Amino acid sequence: MIRVLLRAVLSLLLTLACASVLVFAAMQVLPGDPAEVMLGVNARPDTLAALRAQLGLDQPLPVRYAAWAAGFFSGDLGTSNTYAVPVMELVRERLSVSLPLALLALALTVAIALPLGMLAAARRGRLADRGVLLVTQLGIAVPNFWFAMLLVLLFAITWRWLPPGGFPGWEAGVLPALAALLLPAVALALPQGAILAQVMRSALIDTLDQDFIRTARAKGLTRGEALRRHALRNALIPVLTVVGLQFSFLLAGTIIIENVFFLPGLGRLVFQAINQRDLAVVQSVVMLLVASVVIVNFLVNLAYAIVDPRLRGRA
Amino acid sequence: MVALHMTSPVARGGFRRLIGYLAMAALCAFLLSGVQSAMAARSQIVVGVRLEPPHLDPTAGAAAAIGEVTYANVFEGLTRIDGKGEVLPGLAESWDIADDGRTYTFRLREGVQFHDGSSFDAADVKFTLDRAVAADSVNPQKSLLEPIESVEVVDPRTVRIVLRRPTAQFPFTLGLPAAVIVAKETADTNRTNPNGTGPFRVSRWVKGDRIDLERNERYWGAKPALARATFRIIGDPSAAYAALLAGDIDAFPNFPAPENVPQFRADPRFTVVVGNTEGKTVLAINNGRKPLDDIRVRRAIAHAIDRKALIDGAMDGLAQPIGSHYAPQNKGYVDLTGRYPYDPDKARELLKEAGVPELRLRLVLPPPSYARRGGEIIAAQLRAVGIETEIVPVEWAQWLSDVFRDRRYDLSIVAHVEPNDLDIYARDDYYFDYHSPEYKELYAALVAETDDAKRLDILKRIQEKLADDSVNGFLFLLPKIGIWDAKLKGLWENAPIPANDLTGVSWQD
Repeated sequence: MIRVLLRAVLSLLLTLACASVLVFAAMQVLPGDPAEVMLGVNARPDTLAALRAQLGLDQPLPVRYAAWAAGFFSGDLGTSNTYAVPVMELVRERLSVSLPLALLALALTVAIALPLGMLAAARRGRLADRGVLLVTQLGIAVPNFWFAMLLVLLFAITWRWLPPGGFPGWEAGVLPALAALLLPAVALALPQGAILAQVMRSALIDTLDQDFIRTARAKGLTRGEALRRHALRNALIPVLTVVGLQFSFLLAGTIIIENVFFLPGLGRLVFQAINQRDLAVVQSVVMLLVASVVIVNFLVNLAYAIVDPRLRGRA
Repeated sequence: MVALHMTSPVARGGFRRLIGYLAMAALCAFLLSGVQSAMAARSQIVVGVRLEPPHLDPTAGAAAAIGEVTYANVFEGLTRIDGKGEVLPGLAESWDIADDGRTYTFRLREGVQFHDGSSFDAADVKFTLDRAVAADSVNPQKSLLEPIESVEVVDPRTVRIVLRRPTAQFPFTLGLPAAVIVAKETADTNRTNPNGTGPFRVSRWVKGDRIDLERNERYWGAKPALARATFRIIGDPSAAYAALLAGDIDAFPNFPAPENVPQFRADPRFTVVVGNTEGKTVLAINNGRKPLDDIRVRRAIAHAIDRKALIDGAMDGLAQPIGSHYAPQNKGYVDLTGRYPYDPDKARELLKEAGVPELRLRLVLPPPSYARRGGEIIAAQLRAVGIETEIVPVEWAQWLSDVFRDRRYDLSIVAHVEPNDLDIYARDDYYFDYHSPEYKELYAALVAETDDAKRLDILKRIQEKLADDSVNGFLFLLPKIGIWDAKLKGLWENAPIPANDLTGVSWQD
């Protein structure tokens, strides 16, 4: 087990090191100068030069990379050029929105997908299965921002039950904060749940065709019992893989939904920072996301081992 | 009743318990939001803004969003600019201009304090202006403040500023967001923790979401009616629309989607004011590139543009056409929109005369919708006279480096929002690449002239010169679409500078 962990940590570090070079290089290739963005069209060349010096942009590239990478790997994410506050502080603020949102959306996703997937697999080819397929197909096809706008129209404008967007902060109370996250979470969870339900269904159907299920049925289990007691666990591996990917997506890939609900999440932070050429923020946040994806993958691998005892020796 | 509504449609669904929790959360949120608005007692306001300021120091960044939050609310200058663009006394209660036109003596107000309790005096003025023109200054308007030769503290309430040359616009320049007065001790922390003299102080900034202001009870002037104000950052036009309709925000002084205006106009809960800005929207032309250096080609472009179709298509009809680089509401405006009437035949003829029957140009478009939508229409209008364009959408950072700095463009669409920015046509390093000795002469005369009647005459000639030379395609003035609660009074109808001055805002109910 220790060897497994060590290998995982090593690969994590290696991935991060490669990613750091890529991210840094990408930001340099991107046209545009942070000082120009900050000072606008009336800036004089000497003013721009003064600001560049202030931001350390007059240093040669390798020096800047080394300074940033050394800081990052020792836990100092640097200071935002534009906001003039430590990047860590920004990330912490944004995570207090993005992480609960991702978790809530993921919980809803699973809550939608598992029953639907099981229902469809159990009633394979029958009306319920077709119904589930139709609904999930629709769920995948409908863009989530459009669905989000419908939710706002109904729940925020017509009925006024929930806020149309924004985030009051956790200090305003758990309920108002959750209320602000509810519509975005539903908007995110619907398409994700539809995808996961289909994965669940086909994984279950594959399993149900296998010999051990026939054996279980021959022993006298009903279809439903065989599904619950034998097929479900065996079908979980592809489902877990998809859940892992979905979590990474929900953490950082939600910029469109964040825009529709004007939520101060991580996705918008990165987007805004790219537009402002706020190098420290983009580099450090993207690196954190890379790290989180790698870690989530690692956790998913661990979860495989729990679900499937055969994988415990390897992993 | 709310609960009934909530449960009836969903009780039939599968996940009764989950939905039940959701319904409960929704109900609580509903009740809480009700409590919140009842408590408001209408001395607070939530204002929607599109862009978040990168920081809150107007003396260290050009972003209009900084001024939109802090100007007149948090920071004040020696002079202040009001909603009509007039220069009023600010921290200086009066000033004299010596006969040489170069020496200004400002009388400062008494009893003014910064938010941190330190008092304001002439030393702060000297510090602020010296810092703005210093060699290592990062002030975005350094080029306008550059005429300052020296700042002298005569006594704690008197400041004498000597300029290198007479500059008629100097009192206006001192009223710009970039010229607000800051205290020496806190100048470096204003970006995150602004310490001004204004009627509001920043109480909280939830980055990415909102900025809260609260009334400064020690303010030297008339206390504002509002005790609290919140600027909420909503970048997405449809989210802005939803937030207004849901009553989550009270005002959106610069609403981003002209196509939604009819809906708000039809709704008695809202006031819709289409005002003006200083945003002269131009089809920028790279005058240095062949064949655009040929005036006939530029005139052909001018004749090819149908401003009415452009304004209807890109701005839902909510913009005024312009014929030169000057905003119609300003003193001395001359209507030159008829100088090159829409005439495709004439355009084709001019192109033929110039020997360029076929032309392919690179039209670089920054992100705002006026540019992206306008660009498509302009491209079609140019195609009609035989000019093909390659549309290149870019983000701002890239626009600034490619177009503005490196001049890698033929055409671009951009709104020049600075007031009194006729100097840009006199600058050799500017991205239009326009070099005209006559214009430079005219502009120098304008700057030096202090007699009003003569000034207006020069202004007229300047506008005509720009139109005649067809330096750019002059398109329209960017409107300021203000939408707010009908009971709200005192918001600026126009935007002579990017600001949301809340000092005169109150609820009338």
